[in-house]
Amino acid sequence: MTRKPSFTTVMLILGLLFLYLPMVVLVFYSFNSSRLVTVWAGFSGRWYLELLRDRQILAAVWTSLRIAFFAASMAVCLGTLAAFVMTRFARFRGKTALSSMVTAPLVMPEVITGLSLLLLFVQMAQIIGWPADRGMVTIWIAHTTFCSAYVAVVVSSRLREVDRSIEEAAMDLGAPPVKTFFQITLPVIAPALAAGWLLAFTLSLDDLVIASFVSGPGATTLPMVVFSSVRMGVSPKINALATLIILTVSLATFLAWYFMRRSEARRRQALAAAEEGA
Amino acid sequence: MTPSPVPRLRRWLRPRRGWVIAVPLVWLTLFFLAPFAIVLKISLSEAAISVPPYAAILDYSAETLNVALNLGNYLFLLSDSLYVSAYWGSVKIAFLSTVFCLLIGYPMAYAMARAPARWQLVLLLLVMLPSWTSFLIRVYAWMGILSNTGLLNNLLLWVGLIDSPIRMMNTNFAVMLGIVYAYLPFMILPLYANLTRLDGSLLEAASDLGSRKFNTFLKVTLPLSKGGIIAGSMLVFIPAVGEYVIPELLGGPNTLMIGKVLWEEFFHNRDWPVASALAMVMLLLLLIPIALFHRYQSCELEE
Repeated sequence: MTRKPSFTTVMLILGLLFLYLPMVVLVFYSFNSSRLVTVWAGFSGRWYLELLRDRQILAAVWTSLRIAFFAASMAVCLGTLAAFVMTRFARFRGKTALSSMVTAPLVMPEVITGLSLLLLFVQMAQIIGWPADRGMVTIWIAHTTFCSAYVAVVVSSRLREVDRSIEEAAMDLGAPPVKTFFQITLPVIAPALAAGWLLAFTLSLDDLVIASFVSGPGATTLPMVVFSSVRMGVSPKINALATLIILTVSLATFLAWYFMRRSEARRRQALAAAEEGA
Repeated sequence: MTPSPVPRLRRWLRPRRGWVIAVPLVWLTLFFLAPFAIVLKISLSEAAISVPPYAAILDYSAETLNVALNLGNYLFLLSDSLYVSAYWGSVKIAFLSTVFCLLIGYPMAYAMARAPARWQLVLLLLVMLPSWTSFLIRVYAWMGILSNTGLLNNLLLWVGLIDSPIRMMNTNFAVMLGIVYAYLPFMILPLYANLTRLDGSLLEAASDLGSRKFNTFLKVTLPLSKGGIIAGSMLVFIPAVGEYVIPELLGGPNTLMIGKVLWEEFFHNRDWPVASALAMVMLLLLLIPIALFHRYQSCELEE
């Protein structure tokens, strides 16, 4: 006798279908030889070739990757500091301000963030003469700011789980706080730092609205190119690009899952061995 | 025991702790908080044909300091029905989309939290994966599905449910569908985090005492997951109010949303003061939702 699946299980399957079917359609039509995305005219890889020949898109990919790399790296530094301050430091003046400034960017509408940062940069250029022109550096600052909020959330949830008695033991034995942080805390929260970096990297790669506000004529990111092409209507080249993005993200996620599972299994094995030994 | 002020002062002056606090605090104050003051300032200035396109508020000449605060932008927003209906339209669309997200996301999160432990990580990754790809491309996917010659219409025609294509693209329906699709993972994540922490023994106790399943859900599970519901709803509602990309790509001429209006004021009309005033009013509207979200999130952060 088969058990009738519960309502929530059915909803979960339907929900996952809802999330994935449009992406499957995108991937499917990227191999369509017709320019019309809705008519199937046979299998072809021509849109991938055209994508690789599109200098504008390739240049934008390179710009976006560089910005995302530096923004994610800076965001991990700032976000980890913020998370550490919020979870490890006793109350101090400005703590409430800091925690609001960490949570607000998570929900702040992008048009507001983008506009306000642009106006700041314009004002700064008027008063101190910097930034003289907007481009990669201003996008980097903008992305670092909102990404560090996400990193802070990821890292602080890990910091709260960590057993603090080891840190306290190290400090009782005379290790200065900085050394304790680098030798005890940092190795334990390293997976969270990696997760935070990856999240910040994808967020920066994906941002269109904020970058459009704070960018100048010199810097065109990938979402800007995609957006201006998509506005004109559906284009199979974008489907090919989408397929490559989905493929990369899926592969990275699968690898992350694989390594997480393996380290979990190894931990369990070590625990079992320790129990046997005792 | 209250610490005497001298060691407290010394502790404050100790270099490292102060620096650790100062770096993120200064960065975020400069690049997140300070910009709002500038937006407020520019919203009170007058548009001018210059670079940048607004007149200075402060003017010092002939030994007098003139402060010209121009409330005209705000009055203009109130007098033009376009802006009022754009705010109302945004709130309405964002609210309905949030409700749909909750109705779809809650059962999904519940099933995930009840799934066998070895499945939970896989399910969580499956739900989050789309949000790591590309927002823009996921919205774009619906353009091909919803258009008059699109996949959905072709399917419905083929099945015979309709005789002529239904207009789905460029409607408010398409915008809401897009928002639900794009933001669903952000609704599920906090709900799932909340529901996995739910103490199973409470549910057992309820069923031992003879409570029916649905009754237990209403009286025990739902009230206990209130925090997750608020966090998820705010994560969808607040950004959706200011959404620009989805109404631009999926919406039509009748879709009035404030994010799109702000974008057009800024980029097409180059009216920076009005765009700033629009942003300030939007921020004011969202202050209570943001505070709600912050209260939940700071409980999560500090615990």
